[in-house]
Amino acid sequence: MPELQAAAEARTAPRTDVAMQPEGSPPGAVPASLPTAAPQPAGTPIAISARDVSAWYGPKLAVSGISMEIAANAVTALIGPSGCGKSTYIRCFNRMHEFAPNARVGGEILLEGTNIYAPTVDPARVRQRIGMVFQKPNPFPTMSIAENVAAGLRFQGIRSRSEITDRVERALKLAALWDEVKDDLKKPGMALSGGQQQRLCIARTIAVEPEVVLMDEPCSALDPVATLKVEDLMRELAERYTIVIVTHNMQQAARVSDYTAFLLMGDDGAGHLVEYSATQDLFTHPQDKRTEDYITGRFG
Amino acid sequence: MARELFNAEIRQLQDEVLALGSMAEKALLDAFESLRDGDADWSRKIVDDDQYINRKRFEIEDRCIFVIASQQPMASDLRILASILYIITDLERIADHAEGIARINLLLGDEPVPRRLGYIPAMADRAVAMLRDSLKAYIERDVEAARRICDADDEVDRLQDAVYDECIRQMIADQSTIQRNTYMIWTAHNLERIADRCTNICERVIYLVTGHMVEINISKY
Repeated sequence: MPELQAAAEARTAPRTDVAMQPEGSPPGAVPASLPTAAPQPAGTPIAISARDVSAWYGPKLAVSGISMEIAANAVTALIGPSGCGKSTYIRCFNRMHEFAPNARVGGEILLEGTNIYAPTVDPARVRQRIGMVFQKPNPFPTMSIAENVAAGLRFQGIRSRSEITDRVERALKLAALWDEVKDDLKKPGMALSGGQQQRLCIARTIAVEPEVVLMDEPCSALDPVATLKVEDLMRELAERYTIVIVTHNMQQAARVSDYTAFLLMGDDGAGHLVEYSATQDLFTHPQDKRTEDYITGRFG
Repeated sequence: MARELFNAEIRQLQDEVLALGSMAEKALLDAFESLRDGDADWSRKIVDDDQYINRKRFEIEDRCIFVIASQQPMASDLRILASILYIITDLERIADHAEGIARINLLLGDEPVPRRLGYIPAMADRAVAMLRDSLKAYIERDVEAARRICDADDEVDRLQDAVYDECIRQMIADQSTIQRNTYMIWTAHNLERIADRCTNICERVIYLVTGHMVEINISKY
Protein backbone atom coordinates (compact mmCIF):
# COMPACT_ATOMS: atom_id res chain seq x y z
CA MET A 1 0.00 0.00 0.00
CA PRO A 2 2.44 2.73 -1.07
CA GLU A 3 -0.17 5.48 -0.79
CA LEU A 4 -0.89 4.53 2.83
CA GLN A 5 2.81 4.45 3.57
CA ALA A 6 3.26 7.86 1.95
CA ALA A 7 0.39 9.24 4.02
CA ALA A 8 1.88 7.80 7.18
CA GLU A 9 5.26 9.30 6.34
CA ALA A 10 3.64 12.66 5.67
CA ARG A 11 2.01 12.56 9.10
CA THR A 12 5.20 11.85 10.93
CA ALA A 13 7.71 13.69 8.78
CA PRO A 14 9.72 16.29 10.65
CA ARG A 15 8.41 19.69 9.85
CA THR A 16 11.39 21.90 10.19
CA ASP A 17 11.95 22.17 6.46
CA VAL A 18 10.00 25.35 5.84
CA ALA A 19 11.42 27.43 8.63
CA MET A 20 11.83 30.89 7.29
CA GLN A 21 13.15 34.24 8.27
CA PRO A 22 10.22 36.57 8.77
CA GLU A 23 10.00 39.46 6.39
CA GLY A 24 11.24 42.75 7.68
CA SER A 25 13.16 41.38 10.65
CA PRO A 26 16.47 43.11 11.15
CA PRO A 27 19.45 41.12 9.94
CA GLY A 28 21.25 39.34 12.73
CA ALA A 29 18.44 39.88 15.24
CA VAL A 30 17.85 36.17 15.57
CA PRO A 31 20.64 33.65 15.92
CA ALA A 32 20.79 31.67 12.70
CA SER A 33 20.60 28.39 14.55
CA LEU A 34 17.18 29.12 15.97
CA PRO A 35 14.30 28.72 13.55
CA THR A 36 11.87 31.59 13.58
CA ALA A 37 8.98 29.79 12.00
CA ALA A 38 7.53 26.35 11.90
CA PRO A 39 5.36 24.91 9.24
CA GLN A 40 1.87 23.78 9.82
CA PRO A 41 0.97 20.24 10.78
CA ALA A 42 0.53 18.53 7.41
CA GLY A 43 -2.95 17.92 6.11
CA THR A 44 -4.66 19.39 9.16
CA PRO A 45 -7.00 22.40 9.27
CA ILE A 46 -5.37 25.32 11.03
CA ALA A 47 -7.08 27.15 13.88
CA ILE A 48 -4.48 29.80 14.63
CA SER A 49 -1.64 31.16 12.51
CA ALA A 50 0.94 32.97 14.59
CA ARG A 51 3.29 34.91 12.35
CA ASP A 52 6.55 36.33 13.58
CA VAL A 53 5.12 36.97 17.02
CA SER A 54 7.35 38.88 19.44
CA ALA A 55 6.43 40.04 22.90
CA TRP A 56 8.02 42.63 25.15
CA TYR A 57 7.76 43.64 28.80
CA GLY A 58 8.74 47.26 28.54
CA PRO A 59 12.08 47.27 26.71
CA LYS A 60 12.76 43.60 27.43
CA LEU A 61 12.16 41.21 24.57
CA ALA A 62 10.58 38.02 25.99
CA VAL A 63 9.52 36.21 22.82
CA SER A 64 11.39 36.63 19.58
CA GLY A 65 9.63 36.25 16.26
CA ILE A 66 7.93 32.88 16.75
CA SER A 67 5.65 31.60 14.01
CA MET A 68 3.49 28.55 14.49
CA GLU A 69 0.46 27.09 12.80
CA ILE A 70 -1.81 25.58 15.44
CA ALA A 71 -3.80 22.57 14.22
CA ALA A 72 -7.55 22.69 14.75
CA ASN A 73 -9.18 20.05 16.97
CA ALA A 74 -5.84 18.88 18.24
CA VAL A 75 -3.74 19.40 21.33
CA THR A 76 -0.57 21.39 20.80
CA ALA A 77 1.92 21.50 23.66
CA LEU A 78 4.56 24.14 24.31
CA ILE A 79 7.49 22.88 26.35
CA GLY A 80 10.73 24.44 27.43
CA PRO A 81 12.70 25.49 30.50
CA SER A 82 11.52 28.23 32.82
CA GLY A 83 11.90 31.66 31.34
CA CYS A 84 11.81 30.55 27.72
CA GLY A 85 8.72 32.62 27.01
CA LYS A 86 6.16 29.88 26.52
CA SER A 87 3.58 31.36 28.92
CA THR A 88 4.13 34.82 27.47
CA TYR A 89 3.71 33.43 23.97
CA ILE A 90 0.46 31.62 24.78
CA ARG A 91 -0.89 34.76 26.47
CA CYS A 92 -0.42 36.60 23.19
CA PHE A 93 -2.92 34.18 21.61
CA ASN A 94 -5.90 35.77 23.39
CA ARG A 95 -4.53 39.24 24.06
CA MET A 96 -3.85 38.55 27.73
CA HIS A 97 -0.22 39.67 27.42
CA GLU A 98 -1.25 43.27 26.98
CA PHE A 99 -2.63 43.32 30.56
CA ALA A 100 0.96 43.33 31.88
CA PRO A 101 2.36 46.84 32.46
CA ASN A 102 4.11 48.25 29.38
CA ALA A 103 3.61 44.95 27.57
CA ARG A 104 3.67 44.92 23.79
CA VAL A 105 3.12 42.36 21.06
CA GLY A 106 4.53 42.36 17.52
CA GLY A 107 3.63 40.23 14.55
CA GLU A 108 0.24 38.79 13.68
CA ILE A 109 -2.03 36.14 15.13
CA LEU A 110 -4.69 35.07 12.71
CA LEU A 111 -7.92 33.46 13.84
CA GLU A 112 -9.93 32.39 10.81
CA GLY A 113 -7.82 34.71 8.71
CA THR A 114 -8.35 37.80 10.87
CA ASN A 115 -5.51 39.33 12.84
CA ILE A 116 -6.68 39.46 16.45
CA TYR A 117 -4.46 42.51 16.95
CA ALA A 118 -6.15 44.50 14.18
CA PRO A 119 -7.44 47.85 15.52
CA THR A 120 -11.03 46.98 14.72
CA VAL A 121 -11.00 43.76 16.77
CA ASP A 122 -12.58 43.80 20.25
CA PRO A 123 -10.20 42.06 22.73
CA ALA A 124 -13.13 40.89 24.87
CA ARG A 125 -14.59 39.11 21.83
CA VAL A 126 -11.18 37.52 21.17
CA ARG A 127 -11.15 36.14 24.73
CA GLN A 128 -14.59 34.65 24.22
CA ARG A 129 -13.37 32.83 21.13
CA ILE A 130 -10.01 31.89 22.65
CA GLY A 131 -10.54 30.92 26.28
CA MET A 132 -7.89 30.33 28.88
CA VAL A 133 -7.36 28.04 31.85
CA PHE A 134 -4.69 29.04 34.34
CA GLN A 135 -2.14 27.29 36.51
CA LYS A 136 -4.09 27.62 39.75
CA PRO A 137 -7.80 26.87 39.75
CA ASN A 138 -9.50 30.22 40.21
CA PRO A 139 -13.25 29.80 40.67
CA PHE A 140 -15.02 33.06 41.49
CA PRO A 141 -14.99 32.80 45.30
CA THR A 142 -18.42 34.26 45.98
CA MET A 143 -20.23 32.23 43.34
CA SER A 144 -21.81 28.80 43.43
CA ILE A 145 -20.70 26.01 41.12
CA ALA A 146 -23.50 26.76 38.67
CA GLU A 147 -22.97 30.54 38.85
CA ASN A 148 -19.26 30.07 38.12
CA VAL A 149 -20.07 28.25 34.89
CA ALA A 150 -22.83 30.70 34.02
CA ALA A 151 -20.68 33.79 34.60
CA GLY A 152 -19.35 33.98 31.06
CA LEU A 153 -22.80 33.36 29.60
CA ARG A 154 -24.28 36.24 31.59
CA PHE A 155 -21.34 38.42 30.47
CA GLN A 156 -22.30 37.55 26.91
CA GLY A 157 -25.79 38.93 27.63
CA ILE A 158 -27.65 35.65 27.79
CA ARG A 159 -30.62 36.10 30.13
CA SER A 160 -32.78 33.05 29.43
CA ARG A 161 -32.77 30.95 32.60
CA SER A 162 -33.49 27.72 30.72
CA GLU A 163 -30.73 28.35 28.19
CA ILE A 164 -28.26 29.11 30.97
CA THR A 165 -29.32 25.96 32.86
CA ASP A 166 -28.90 23.86 29.74
CA ARG A 167 -25.52 25.29 28.87
CA VAL A 168 -24.22 24.99 32.43
CA GLU A 169 -25.18 21.31 32.45
CA ARG A 170 -23.63 20.74 29.03
CA ALA A 171 -20.38 22.47 30.01
CA LEU A 172 -20.14 20.53 33.28
CA LYS A 173 -20.74 17.30 31.39
CA LEU A 174 -18.06 18.17 28.82
CA ALA A 175 -15.71 18.96 31.68
CA ALA A 176 -16.42 15.51 33.18
CA LEU A 177 -17.64 17.15 36.39
CA TRP A 178 -21.42 16.84 36.11
CA ASP A 179 -21.76 13.48 37.83
CA GLU A 180 -19.74 14.73 40.80
CA VAL A 181 -21.58 18.03 41.31
CA LYS A 182 -25.07 17.68 39.86
CA ASP A 183 -26.65 17.51 43.33
CA ASP A 184 -24.53 20.36 44.71
CA LEU A 185 -24.80 23.02 42.05
CA LYS A 186 -25.60 25.70 44.60
CA LYS A 187 -22.58 24.98 46.76
CA PRO A 188 -19.65 27.39 46.50
CA GLY A 189 -17.16 26.60 43.75
CA MET A 190 -14.39 26.98 46.31
CA ALA A 191 -15.82 24.00 48.25
CA LEU A 192 -14.62 21.60 45.54
CA SER A 193 -11.29 19.78 45.59
CA GLY A 194 -8.38 21.28 43.63
CA GLY A 195 -8.88 18.93 40.71
CA GLN A 196 -12.62 19.58 40.65
CA GLN A 197 -12.02 23.32 40.83
CA GLN A 198 -9.76 23.13 37.79
CA ARG A 199 -12.40 21.15 35.88
CA LEU A 200 -14.93 23.77 37.00
CA CYS A 201 -12.69 26.45 35.49
CA ILE A 202 -12.49 24.39 32.30
CA ALA A 203 -16.31 24.14 32.32
CA ARG A 204 -16.51 27.91 32.80
CA THR A 205 -14.16 28.41 29.86
CA ILE A 206 -15.98 26.08 27.48
CA ALA A 207 -19.48 27.24 28.51
CA VAL A 208 -19.11 30.23 26.20
CA GLU A 209 -18.21 27.81 23.41
CA PRO A 210 -14.80 29.12 22.41
CA GLU A 211 -12.99 27.81 19.36
CA VAL A 212 -9.66 27.54 21.14
CA VAL A 213 -8.82 26.72 24.76
CA LEU A 214 -5.41 27.83 26.04
CA MET A 215 -4.12 26.05 29.14
CA ASP A 216 -1.18 27.49 31.02
CA GLU A 217 0.22 24.67 33.17
CA PRO A 218 -3.29 23.57 34.09
CA CYS A 219 -2.16 20.62 36.20
CA SER A 220 0.82 22.02 38.05
CA ALA A 221 -1.25 22.61 41.19
CA LEU A 222 -3.02 19.25 41.03
CA ASP A 223 -2.25 15.85 42.51
CA PRO A 224 -1.45 12.96 40.12
CA VAL A 225 -4.99 11.55 40.07
CA ALA A 226 -6.58 14.94 39.38
CA THR A 227 -3.88 15.53 36.76
CA LEU A 228 -4.78 12.36 34.89
CA LYS A 229 -8.47 13.33 34.94
CA VAL A 230 -7.69 16.71 33.43
CA GLU A 231 -5.43 15.06 30.86
CA ASP A 232 -8.22 12.66 29.86
CA LEU A 233 -10.50 15.65 29.62
CA MET A 234 -8.08 17.44 27.29
CA ARG A 235 -8.16 14.51 24.88
CA GLU A 236 -11.96 14.48 24.92
CA LEU A 237 -12.21 18.24 24.51
CA ALA A 238 -9.86 18.13 21.53
CA GLU A 239 -12.69 16.55 19.54
CA ARG A 240 -14.58 19.85 19.83
CA TYR A 241 -11.95 22.46 20.55
CA THR A 242 -8.43 23.40 19.60
CA ILE A 243 -6.24 23.12 22.67
CA VAL A 244 -2.88 24.73 23.30
CA ILE A 245 -1.18 23.76 26.52
CA VAL A 246 1.93 25.08 28.21
CA THR A 247 3.47 22.47 30.45
CA HIS A 248 6.65 21.88 32.38
CA ASN A 249 5.83 18.22 32.48
CA MET A 250 7.27 16.54 29.40
CA GLN A 251 5.50 13.28 30.10
CA GLN A 252 2.26 15.20 30.14
CA ALA A 253 3.07 16.79 26.78
CA ALA A 254 3.91 13.34 25.43
CA ARG A 255 0.69 11.86 26.82
CA VAL A 256 -1.84 14.45 25.76
CA SER A 257 -0.58 16.36 22.75
CA ASP A 258 -0.63 15.74 19.02
CA TYR A 259 2.02 18.35 18.27
CA THR A 260 4.76 19.73 20.44
CA ALA A 261 6.87 22.85 20.19
CA PHE A 262 10.12 23.26 22.09
CA LEU A 263 11.05 26.81 23.04
CA LEU A 264 14.39 27.92 24.39
CA MET A 265 15.88 31.19 25.53
CA GLY A 266 18.37 32.44 22.96
CA ASP A 267 21.53 34.48 23.43
CA ASP A 268 19.38 37.60 23.33
CA GLY A 269 17.51 36.48 26.47
CA ALA A 270 14.25 35.98 24.57
CA GLY A 271 12.31 32.83 23.81
CA HIS A 272 12.86 31.23 20.39
CA LEU A 273 11.24 28.25 18.74
CA VAL A 274 13.75 25.44 18.37
CA GLU A 275 11.62 22.58 17.08
CA TYR A 276 7.98 21.98 16.29
CA SER A 277 6.74 18.62 15.12
CA ALA A 278 4.37 15.73 15.70
CA THR A 279 4.64 14.77 19.37
CA GLN A 280 5.62 11.20 18.56
CA ASP A 281 8.55 12.44 16.47
CA LEU A 282 9.71 15.05 18.94
CA PHE A 283 9.83 12.65 21.85
CA THR A 284 11.30 9.67 20.02
CA HIS A 285 13.74 11.24 17.57
CA PRO A 286 14.02 14.98 17.86
CA GLN A 287 15.86 16.69 15.03
CA ASP A 288 17.67 19.31 17.09
CA LYS A 289 20.33 18.41 19.63
CA ARG A 290 19.04 21.07 22.03
CA THR A 291 15.64 19.39 22.03
CA GLU A 292 17.30 16.03 22.62
CA ASP A 293 19.34 17.45 25.51
CA TYR A 294 16.30 19.06 27.10
CA ILE A 295 13.91 16.14 26.89
CA THR A 296 16.51 13.63 28.00
CA GLY A 297 17.30 15.79 31.01
CA ARG A 298 20.83 16.62 29.89
CA PHE A 299 20.13 20.26 29.40
CA GLY A 300 22.87 22.63 30.46
CA MET B 1 26.50 16.26 31.88
CA ALA B 2 23.41 15.70 33.97
CA ARG B 3 21.84 12.35 34.92
CA GLU B 4 25.08 10.56 35.74
CA LEU B 5 23.27 7.75 37.58
CA PHE B 6 20.95 7.18 34.65
CA ASN B 7 23.92 7.19 32.24
CA ALA B 8 25.66 4.62 34.42
CA GLU B 9 22.50 2.50 34.49
CA ILE B 10 22.33 2.50 30.69
CA ARG B 11 26.03 1.61 30.41
CA GLN B 12 25.49 -1.26 32.83
CA LEU B 13 22.55 -2.53 30.80
CA GLN B 14 24.56 -2.38 27.59
CA ASP B 15 27.36 -4.34 29.23
CA GLU B 16 24.77 -6.93 30.22
CA VAL B 17 23.57 -7.12 26.61
CA LEU B 18 27.14 -7.85 25.52
CA ALA B 19 27.45 -10.51 28.21
CA LEU B 20 24.26 -12.14 26.94
CA GLY B 21 25.65 -11.89 23.39
CA SER B 22 28.80 -13.71 24.49
CA MET B 23 26.72 -16.45 26.07
CA ALA B 24 24.69 -16.85 22.88
CA GLU B 25 27.85 -16.89 20.74
CA LYS B 26 29.44 -19.54 22.96
CA ALA B 27 26.29 -21.64 22.77
CA LEU B 28 26.33 -21.39 18.98
CA LEU B 29 30.03 -22.28 18.63
CA ASP B 30 29.76 -25.12 21.14
CA ALA B 31 26.62 -26.51 19.52
CA PHE B 32 28.20 -26.62 16.09
CA GLU B 33 31.43 -28.17 17.38
CA SER B 34 29.58 -30.77 19.43
CA LEU B 35 27.65 -31.70 16.28
CA ARG B 36 30.83 -31.82 14.21
CA ASP B 37 32.62 -33.93 16.82
CA GLY B 38 29.65 -36.13 17.71
CA ASP B 39 30.06 -35.20 21.38
CA ALA B 40 26.73 -36.04 23.07
CA ASP B 41 27.87 -35.04 26.58
CA TRP B 42 28.83 -31.60 25.32
CA SER B 43 25.45 -31.25 23.59
CA ARG B 44 23.59 -32.24 26.76
CA LYS B 45 25.48 -29.54 28.64
CA ILE B 46 24.53 -26.96 26.01
CA VAL B 47 20.87 -27.96 26.36
CA ASP B 48 21.10 -27.72 30.17
CA ASP B 49 22.94 -24.40 30.13
CA ASP B 50 20.31 -22.71 27.97
CA GLN B 51 18.39 -21.97 31.17
CA TYR B 52 21.17 -19.58 32.27
CA ILE B 53 20.84 -17.67 29.03
CA ASN B 54 17.08 -17.44 29.47
CA ARG B 55 17.55 -16.27 33.04
CA LYS B 56 20.06 -13.64 31.98
CA ARG B 57 17.64 -12.34 29.35
CA PHE B 58 14.85 -11.99 31.92
CA GLU B 59 17.16 -10.23 34.38
CA ILE B 60 18.07 -7.65 31.76
CA GLU B 61 14.45 -7.27 30.72
CA ASP B 62 13.35 -6.75 34.34
CA ARG B 63 16.01 -4.13 34.91
CA CYS B 64 15.23 -2.40 31.63
CA ILE B 65 11.53 -2.17 32.46
CA PHE B 66 12.33 -0.79 35.89
CA VAL B 67 14.62 1.84 34.38
CA ILE B 68 11.88 2.83 31.92
CA ALA B 69 9.35 3.10 34.74
CA SER B 70 11.61 5.00 37.09
CA GLN B 71 13.49 7.27 34.70
CA GLN B 72 10.80 7.92 32.08
CA PRO B 73 13.34 8.11 29.26
CA MET B 74 12.79 10.16 26.13
CA ALA B 75 14.31 10.37 22.66
CA SER B 76 17.67 8.55 22.31
CA ASP B 77 17.46 7.22 25.87
CA LEU B 78 14.11 5.67 25.07
CA ARG B 79 15.44 4.22 21.82
CA ILE B 80 18.41 2.70 23.66
CA LEU B 81 16.17 0.97 26.18
CA ALA B 82 13.60 -0.15 23.59
CA SER B 83 16.44 -1.55 21.47
CA ILE B 84 17.83 -3.47 24.42
CA LEU B 85 14.45 -5.13 24.95
CA TYR B 86 14.39 -6.29 21.33
CA ILE B 87 18.04 -7.28 21.09
CA ILE B 88 17.99 -9.45 24.20
CA THR B 89 14.99 -11.29 22.75
CA ASP B 90 16.92 -11.94 19.55
CA LEU B 91 20.00 -13.09 21.48
CA GLU B 92 17.96 -15.44 23.62
CA ARG B 93 16.33 -16.90 20.50
CA ILE B 94 19.77 -17.31 18.86
CA ALA B 95 20.76 -19.37 21.89
CA ASP B 96 17.54 -21.39 21.50
CA HIS B 97 18.53 -22.22 17.92
CA ALA B 98 21.97 -23.23 19.16
CA GLU B 99 20.26 -25.48 21.67
CA GLY B 100 18.24 -26.88 18.76
CA ILE B 101 21.47 -27.83 16.97
CA ALA B 102 22.73 -29.52 20.16
CA ARG B 103 19.50 -31.52 20.36
CA ILE B 104 19.94 -32.61 16.73
CA ASN B 105 23.37 -33.97 17.67
CA LEU B 106 21.67 -36.02 20.40
CA LEU B 107 19.20 -37.33 17.79
CA LEU B 108 22.09 -38.32 15.50
CA GLY B 109 23.29 -40.58 18.32
CA ASP B 110 26.52 -42.35 17.65
CA GLU B 111 26.74 -41.66 13.92
CA PRO B 112 30.47 -42.00 13.28
CA VAL B 113 32.75 -39.01 12.82
CA PRO B 114 33.94 -37.29 10.70
CA ARG B 115 30.42 -36.43 9.68
CA ARG B 116 29.39 -35.32 6.23
CA LEU B 117 28.17 -31.81 6.94
CA GLY B 118 28.42 -30.25 3.48
CA TYR B 119 27.95 -26.50 3.65
CA ILE B 120 26.84 -26.49 7.30
CA PRO B 121 30.30 -25.49 8.67
CA ALA B 122 30.35 -22.58 6.23
CA MET B 123 26.88 -21.55 7.41
CA ALA B 124 28.00 -21.74 11.03
CA ASP B 125 31.07 -19.61 10.28
CA ARG B 126 28.96 -16.91 8.72
CA ALA B 127 26.31 -17.02 11.45
CA VAL B 128 28.97 -16.57 14.15
CA ALA B 129 30.56 -13.72 12.18
CA MET B 130 27.17 -12.04 11.73
CA LEU B 131 26.47 -12.28 15.44
CA ARG B 132 29.84 -10.79 16.41
CA ASP B 133 29.60 -8.06 13.80
CA SER B 134 26.05 -7.11 14.67
CA LEU B 135 26.94 -6.68 18.35
CA LYS B 136 30.01 -4.65 17.33
CA ALA B 137 27.79 -2.44 15.16
CA TYR B 138 25.45 -2.09 18.13
CA ILE B 139 28.16 -0.95 20.50
CA GLU B 140 29.73 1.36 17.93
CA ARG B 141 26.33 2.65 16.73
CA ASP B 142 27.54 1.92 13.18
CA VAL B 143 24.64 2.15 10.75
CA GLU B 144 26.73 1.43 7.66
CA ALA B 145 28.16 -1.72 9.23
CA ALA B 146 24.63 -2.76 10.24
CA ARG B 147 23.49 -2.49 6.62
CA ARG B 148 26.53 -4.43 5.36
CA ILE B 149 26.01 -7.25 7.84
CA CYS B 150 22.51 -7.76 6.54
CA ASP B 151 23.90 -8.38 3.06
CA ALA B 152 25.67 -11.45 4.48
CA ASP B 153 22.28 -12.95 5.25
CA ASP B 154 21.75 -13.54 1.52
CA GLU B 155 24.83 -15.76 1.46
CA VAL B 156 23.54 -17.75 4.42
CA ASP B 157 20.26 -18.22 2.55
CA ARG B 158 22.15 -19.47 -0.52
CA LEU B 159 24.16 -21.91 1.58
CA GLN B 160 20.95 -23.20 3.13
CA ASP B 161 19.57 -23.77 -0.39
CA ALA B 162 22.71 -25.73 -1.20
CA VAL B 163 22.39 -27.86 1.95
CA TYR B 164 18.74 -28.52 1.16
CA ASP B 165 19.43 -29.51 -2.46
CA GLU B 166 22.25 -31.83 -1.46
CA CYS B 167 20.19 -33.49 1.29
CA ILE B 168 17.24 -34.03 -1.06
CA ARG B 169 19.58 -35.51 -3.67
CA GLN B 170 21.02 -37.94 -1.13
CA MET B 171 17.58 -38.94 0.16
CA ILE B 172 16.38 -39.72 -3.36
CA ALA B 173 19.53 -41.72 -4.07
CA ASP B 174 19.46 -43.66 -0.81
CA GLN B 175 16.32 -43.85 1.33
CA SER B 176 18.30 -45.04 4.33
CA THR B 177 19.74 -41.50 4.62
CA ILE B 178 16.33 -39.82 4.93
CA GLN B 179 16.46 -39.42 8.68
CA ARG B 180 20.02 -38.09 9.00
CA ASN B 181 19.53 -35.76 6.02
CA THR B 182 16.34 -34.45 7.61
CA TYR B 183 18.42 -33.63 10.69
CA MET B 184 20.93 -31.81 8.47
CA ILE B 185 18.10 -29.73 6.94
CA TRP B 186 16.94 -28.83 10.47
CA THR B 187 20.49 -27.85 11.40
CA ALA B 188 20.76 -25.60 8.36
CA HIS B 189 17.39 -24.10 9.20
CA ASN B 190 18.55 -23.26 12.74
CA LEU B 191 21.64 -21.53 11.37
CA GLU B 192 19.59 -19.62 8.84
CA ARG B 193 17.26 -18.40 11.59
CA ILE B 194 20.27 -17.29 13.65
CA ALA B 195 21.44 -15.18 10.70
CA ASP B 196 17.95 -13.66 10.46
CA ARG B 197 18.03 -12.77 14.15
CA CYS B 198 21.35 -11.01 13.53
CA THR B 199 19.68 -8.88 10.85
CA ASN B 200 17.01 -8.00 13.43
CA ILE B 201 19.78 -6.74 15.72
CA CYS B 202 21.15 -4.67 12.85
CA GLU B 203 17.72 -3.17 12.22
CA ARG B 204 17.65 -2.14 15.89
CA VAL B 205 21.06 -0.49 15.47
CA ILE B 206 19.63 1.60 12.64
CA TYR B 207 16.58 2.50 14.74
CA LEU B 208 18.78 3.35 17.70
CA VAL B 209 20.85 5.80 15.66
CA THR B 210 18.29 7.24 13.25
CA GLY B 211 14.96 6.75 14.98
CA HIS B 212 13.64 5.07 11.83
CA MET B 213 12.38 1.51 11.76
CA VAL B 214 13.45 -0.22 8.57
CA GLU B 215 13.33 -3.80 7.35
CA ILE B 216 16.64 -3.98 5.58
CA ASN B 217 16.72 -7.61 4.63
CA ILE B 218 13.68 -9.74 4.08
CA SER B 219 14.67 -13.38 4.27
CA LYS B 220 13.16 -15.69 1.69
CA TYR B 221 12.44 -18.18 4.46
